[in-house]
Amino acid sequence: MIRYVARRLLLLIPILFGVAFLIFFIMELSPGDPATKILGIEAPPEAKEQLREQLGLNDPFFVRFFNYTKNIAFHLDFGVSWRTKNPVFQDILPRIPVSLTLASLGILFATLFGIPLGVISAVKQNTIGDNALRVVATVLVAVPTFLLAMLLILIFSSKLGWLPASGAATLESYILPVITCGGPYGCAILRITRSTMLEEIRQDYVRTARAKGVPDNVVTFKHALQNALLPVVTTIGQNFGAILGGSVVAESVFSLPGIGSLVILGIRSKDTPTVIASVLLISIFFAIIMLIVDLLYAFIDPRIKAKYAKANA
Amino acid sequence: MKTSLPWKKTTIEDTVAKESQGISRSKEIWMRLMRDKSSMISLGFIVILILVAIFANFLIDEKLVTEQNVAERIQGPSIKHWFGTDLYGRDIFARVIYGSRVSLSIGILTVIISTTIGGLLGSIAAYYGGVTDSIIMRITDVFLAIPEQLLAMTVVAAMGATPLSVIAALSVAVIPNRTRLVRSAVLGIVDTQYVEAARAIGMKNFGIIFNEIIPNSLGPIIVVSTQGIASIMLTASSLSYLGVGIQPPTPEWGAIIFEAREFLRIAPYMLLLPGFVIVLTALAFNLVGDGLRDALDPRLKD
Repeated sequence: MIRYVARRLLLLIPILFGVAFLIFFIMELSPGDPATKILGIEAPPEAKEQLREQLGLNDPFFVRFFNYTKNIAFHLDFGVSWRTKNPVFQDILPRIPVSLTLASLGILFATLFGIPLGVISAVKQNTIGDNALRVVATVLVAVPTFLLAMLLILIFSSKLGWLPASGAATLESYILPVITCGGPYGCAILRITRSTMLEEIRQDYVRTARAKGVPDNVVTFKHALQNALLPVVTTIGQNFGAILGGSVVAESVFSLPGIGSLVILGIRSKDTPTVIASVLLISIFFAIIMLIVDLLYAFIDPRIKAKYAKANA
Repeated sequence: MKTSLPWKKTTIEDTVAKESQGISRSKEIWMRLMRDKSSMISLGFIVILILVAIFANFLIDEKLVTEQNVAERIQGPSIKHWFGTDLYGRDIFARVIYGSRVSLSIGILTVIISTTIGGLLGSIAAYYGGVTDSIIMRITDVFLAIPEQLLAMTVVAAMGATPLSVIAALSVAVIPNRTRLVRSAVLGIVDTQYVEAARAIGMKNFGIIFNEIIPNSLGPIIVVSTQGIASIMLTASSLSYLGVGIQPPTPEWGAIIFEAREFLRIAPYMLLLPGFVIVLTALAFNLVGDGLRDALDPRLKD
């Protein structure tokens, strides 16, 4: 198991190197001269030339990329922001906890809302409750994240005045953003939980358990749900990218100072070092979550755990 | 009636075979889809929407989209202005109608581009295997390591925020996903007997890919593509809303709501009505996708 984790972590390195290259290359295509962006159009050409030399912008693309990755690997140096003139890492660091809180609460909310409701929907198939849940889940998936965010602000903040519409001062201000990025994600979980549960509760072993007098709740949650969880966990993992995309929107709409809103700030102000670094960090985070999801399989499905054990033997 | 030639004798079996062939697979799927009410209503909505987008200039004067009329600014919905007017007195309904041209073309073109390129890469990877597969999939892995929406944003940031670059950016972001999907669909087909048979009669590799593999792997790809139109339209509108996609005054749906965001409290109709159109459209594509999935494989229906 440990060896497997180590191997997966090692495999991450070339992927992240590729991601860095890709983002670096894409941003390289953006028009305009960085020195002009930093110093302004009015600045004398000599000053611009000096800055270009200083930032190493006159070097060939591959040399710059090599230096960039070298600085990250050895000094955690992601360059200097063209917008704030601070080291990018310094700008990003205080934003990490905000994004982590939002994303983890988002997953938690989505799971706590998706799995139980999915189970209920399957057990009570074709009742009013089931149909209502299915309609809500289908519609909510079609609502763009920013619109959902604005509707929540309109209802809970403007009309009812219950919750703040922006900022990250208290945990309360996370409620609406968490619903925004967790809601659609929870619907995806609800739908997959429902359909896999429907398959499971028709299986022979469930009938056997019922026949020997196991209480309904135990059959549903212990027998059926445990076997239905694998595709659910797959869905949780596969859609995690969506929750990160959603959190970019939620952070911007609710003005939460996270990494996502930093990406938007960076793109709008054409601050290339900030964009590259934040996208890279989000991708690292994404990769780690996918790894955790893969490891979760082993806990849920003993067959996969046995495979790991065999690989280590 | 019996024919005189013994080797052309038609038997009942032949007739049955002919008739069941007569109802081709696509016709059978279509008939199953017809029975699904929500899919048919959604399909009707989509067809109407596409027609409206194409013939928008016959329905509503194009001038209304950009014409500013300060005397009539920020007015709620009325008979004259169905969706009300915005800050500059422009008719929001006209903007939404013309916006359907932009939003629908982004969704549909992106799906066509990404499915074609992703499908080609995925089938090549699965069919040839080995080094070709490794190279394609390792590059795909790198793209997949960046959340889709973020990748699209970065590409738009680099290429500028025109509708064409938004389509390019979304395609770049979606292609890896389609590559992986098609690859796994094709992997299930490569080992089947009919592919072996095609190879045995000396069909060329590309002939096998185009004549055998692609038609047989189309099912899941069509479903994902239909629903892809919805999710791509939502992503495109998010990009405009975040101010990194299509810029106002181009009447893209997300951009219309972006312009209205300041008026959430005083004139919510400005964003609720265009928002409602976005939701309906995305919902319609999703429902048709669901219906298609059930029609293609009725066993999946619960």
